[in-house]
Amino acid sequence: MIEAIVFLPLVGFALVGLLAFVDPGTDTPEAKAKKHKIDFASQWITSGSLLLSMVLSWVVFNDVALEGNAYTVQLMTWIQSGDLELNWAFKVDTLTAVMLVVVTTVSAMVHVYSIGYMHHDPDVPRFMAYLSLFTFAMLMLVTADNLVQLFFGWEGVGLASYLLIGFWYTKPSANAAAIKAFVVNRVGDFGFVLGILACYVIFDTVNLDQIFARAGEMTQVNISIFSGEFHAITVICLLLFIGAMGKSAQLGLHTWLPDAMEGPTPVSALIHAATMVTAGIFMVVRMSPLFEYSDLALQVVAIVGASTAIFAATVACTQFDIKRVIAYSTCSQLGYMFFAIGVSAYNAAIFHLMTHAFFKALLFLGAGSVIHAMSDEQDMRKMGGIWKSIPVTYTLMWIGSLALVGIWPFAGFYSKDIVLEAAWAAHTLVGDYAFWLGITAAFLTAFYSWRLIIMSFHGSPRADETVMAHVHESPKIMIAPLFVLAFGACFAGLVGYGWFVGDGAGVFWANSILILPEHTAMVDAHHVPMWVKYLPLVVGVAGITLAYVMYMFAPNLPQMVVNAIRPVHKFVFNKWYFDELYDAMFVRPAFMAGKGFWKTGDGAIIDGMGPDGVASTADDTARRVAALQSGYLYHYAFSMLIGVVLMVSWYLFTHAG
Amino acid sequence: MPITEVPNLAPALPEIFLGLAAMSLLMLGVFQNTTGPDGVMKASRLTSGLGIVMLVLAMVLVVTVSGDRLLTFDGLFVSDPFASFVKVLILIASTFSLILAEDWMEKQGCHRFEYVIVILFATLGMMMMVSANNMLSLYMGLELQSLSLYILAAFQRDDMRSTEAGVKYFVLGALASGMLLYGMSLVYGFSGTTDFDALAALFAGGTEPAAGLIIGLVFIIAGLTFKVSGVPFHMWTPDVYEGAPTPVTAFFSVAPKVAALALFIRVMNGPFGDLASQWQQIIIAISVASMLLGGFAAIAQTNIKRMMAYSSIGHVGYALIGLAVANETGVRAILVYLTIYVFMNIGTFACIMAMRRSDRAVENIGDLAGLAKTHPAMAAAMAVFMFSMAGIPPLAGFIGKLYIFLAAVEAGFMMLAIIGVLASVVSAYYYLRIIKIMYFDKPVTTPLETPIPKRIVGVLVITSIFVLAFVVFPNPVINAAGVAASALFSG
Repeated sequence: MIEAIVFLPLVGFALVGLLAFVDPGTDTPEAKAKKHKIDFASQWITSGSLLLSMVLSWVVFNDVALEGNAYTVQLMTWIQSGDLELNWAFKVDTLTAVMLVVVTTVSAMVHVYSIGYMHHDPDVPRFMAYLSLFTFAMLMLVTADNLVQLFFGWEGVGLASYLLIGFWYTKPSANAAAIKAFVVNRVGDFGFVLGILACYVIFDTVNLDQIFARAGEMTQVNISIFSGEFHAITVICLLLFIGAMGKSAQLGLHTWLPDAMEGPTPVSALIHAATMVTAGIFMVVRMSPLFEYSDLALQVVAIVGASTAIFAATVACTQFDIKRVIAYSTCSQLGYMFFAIGVSAYNAAIFHLMTHAFFKALLFLGAGSVIHAMSDEQDMRKMGGIWKSIPVTYTLMWIGSLALVGIWPFAGFYSKDIVLEAAWAAHTLVGDYAFWLGITAAFLTAFYSWRLIIMSFHGSPRADETVMAHVHESPKIMIAPLFVLAFGACFAGLVGYGWFVGDGAGVFWANSILILPEHTAMVDAHHVPMWVKYLPLVVGVAGITLAYVMYMFAPNLPQMVVNAIRPVHKFVFNKWYFDELYDAMFVRPAFMAGKGFWKTGDGAIIDGMGPDGVASTADDTARRVAALQSGYLYHYAFSMLIGVVLMVSWYLFTHAG
Repeated sequence: MPITEVPNLAPALPEIFLGLAAMSLLMLGVFQNTTGPDGVMKASRLTSGLGIVMLVLAMVLVVTVSGDRLLTFDGLFVSDPFASFVKVLILIASTFSLILAEDWMEKQGCHRFEYVIVILFATLGMMMMVSANNMLSLYMGLELQSLSLYILAAFQRDDMRSTEAGVKYFVLGALASGMLLYGMSLVYGFSGTTDFDALAALFAGGTEPAAGLIIGLVFIIAGLTFKVSGVPFHMWTPDVYEGAPTPVTAFFSVAPKVAALALFIRVMNGPFGDLASQWQQIIIAISVASMLLGGFAAIAQTNIKRMMAYSSIGHVGYALIGLAVANETGVRAILVYLTIYVFMNIGTFACIMAMRRSDRAVENIGDLAGLAKTHPAMAAAMAVFMFSMAGIPPLAGFIGKLYIFLAAVEAGFMMLAIIGVLASVVSAYYYLRIIKIMYFDKPVTTPLETPIPKRIVGVLVITSIFVLAFVVFPNPVINAAGVAASALFSG
């Protein structure tokens, strides 16, 4: 069954990938009909396989997570070389089962949504094929039983992400964003690969179960790097975390995520909100048996997570592109998950991951619906006054935002609260840091969420009349998946609370997560003071209120605030100048070095002395030699005589002499 | 032996036949009515057709008499498998040249029946060269050939360039003949004999030869190098190749080259075989110089005939590697190489002869631009020949070069092989450039004339099939070459 779940998307990808090569021809009615047929087939093959995969995932979830039948399936040997032995294998435990459900459900919804959203696009089969390829890679990632297979999936989703961000490859900005995503992820992947290698050095294996079995023995082992001795597990964990930071867009390696919004909106929902960006969370949670033995690594995770949460939330408050706001929101929410991990609240992190997948995908697809309605306009300053025209989308955006902000009884209420409570309950400096930044970020989250809703839907219309006349509700095929996600956004928290973090958590997670007994944050989280429990809700409501005041009732206020704190606003509005900083530090020096190597290194030295030099020497020689041929008879005769004289004298010198 | 006794004529039957045939055709031609243009053309066509028949018959005779080593005319003339192999090759080359020539000559308006007669005499001279077993018979054959070639070079006698080519070739050829004769006289003076077998016996003991004799040998080498157009005695080649009528150039580039190289092989490995250590160095020097000059100088050429002249100088350089190693493997390699060379070259010249525009023959490399679009088949054939000349596997030219370089490596001449490979890299440049021009350049003016004459098409088909299929069926040629080479060394 697990094989079917993983490979159905691959089959879909292969079939539809081939369909993408069929050329329907141009501009005749038959060609249009043919294209329509191809598009139809590709949409339903991929969506059908994903829906099937989703159903099977729920069955597996029931079997593995609820019934407690974790297992591992060996497919075949992949690499066997000396001590190194690798298998293609599926490790199916509760953690994997949760991820399977999240990935296949969101993916299936996005596939169906794309049928409507992309139906005007000339490259429908290619798009659907990429989506399925992504899903396959993501499933390989979450089912991996060893680090190398995990890395295979990891790179597979990276590839799919690259292809989909640059899907509209005629747009220069899309290409640039795709390359940026790929390159920034390379930085993280470099850390990840080093982490895998370090794992192999220490444990002599990359198999997850074998590593976890021996993690306890290795707590005192040191690894020597450049003649320095370091705590081995801490080194491994930090390296792996660098990989996770890249994939999950944490502070420092986050710059690619907002730019990735150049991709079609379904892609943003699936890859850059619900699934791929959570791969980092998943990986760190998966490696919890290692992270648990390194306090330093956990502290780093928590600090980075909390800092990302507040950083991204501030930036989100100032952006005007509807998708960018949600992208920074995603970044911020991923920070929440990481600082939950940092206080050993792995199950809280996964809980938030799961609820977040539903409501963030809902928000993105809802935003897509808005963009669709506004004739592909993404700037919120050019929207407004449309909530009556698209009431369904409006309602769904409300549900998504309520869930994001954490209003009872929506999903975010449960998951975000437990994350913050766990941070407070850690009773450490780092925990407090995370808690207070998290609370602040929660306030900002509420503020920017309603800023988005009010700017997009309310007020007087700021778009021109042709656009306004065209505003329409999206077709059913796009709205239906939104209802499924909205259902998740409403009830996932309520239903999941007991399993993920409540009383049943111990049974539910079984052995898939390790929390050492001395890390008590998760246990203590249920016994925090009332003010800690209510504070997130209070700041959420406060944030919403502030947004109403500033954008609905006193529309001049935002500009006044901006003017009052101009330098701060400018700093935040420009995303804390990360892009500019990286541009100056890495990109431009790299371009300069590249240009230097190209012009002088390759052009002048290698080409000049090598191919070009040899060629011009040959050319020169040719001209000189040809010039010997003067055409004068006496020159020719002379050369013959010289030849004989030379030959005779050479002989006399060497032999007779 | 009394002078009146009739010698055994059987070994020389092909030569005798060809001589008689040439004279008969001369008579036939002379008594044709050649007063009007029609008569001239009729006579020319008649002799040309009969000439081809005669050459084929001669080939049959050569194959018939081939077998054991036979001496006749008091040891002046030898018939052995080596001679037979080379004669067949020469006759093939001559036949192809005649087939190609007639059409071109008629279009150029210089068709005359004497052309065929002269070709036949030249061929006869070459056959005698390769069968020579004495300095005197060698010289006689060589001069018969050379005198015929001088005439051929200047055959288009109302054309400045053709006459200039003839004169240059004649003067320089005379100089070379002088050197050759001088060398022979020195050898005779120091050894007292001109007979190859006697000379070979003289050196067989390993006695150190007199310095004068070696100097004589050096002069002989110089004379022969001129005939094969090796550096530094090559200067006549580009001018003559360019100036002579194209069919003559085609003939020059194959038949005399084969004959002269065969003669070179026989002289060096026969009478002077035991002196190999004395002359090897000189041959190596000539070989290296020829390969490099042939490679580099061809790059700068714009006239395709001139380019082919340098190309032939380069090919002689490769062939001389086989001579430099002075053993049976080397000789076999040369014979294989020459066989392939003949077919590639004939094919290439067939293409060149098809290059006509506005009723005039054109010979600039640039005239081939865009050929792939206007004459795809011809361009493909030309590309095959060029790739083969450059030595690209799996074409025949590669195998030829492979045998040559293998012979050098086996004999321990590593440097020579390396220089050979490098030179062939250089030469690849100008061969590939032709392909590039044909396939990638835009045609500049009106396309070349169509249709290509049937005879040229036929020759192109035969030669390109040979070049393409050689890799599949190399054994007949390689085995025959092996037999010929071993005959030379056992005899």
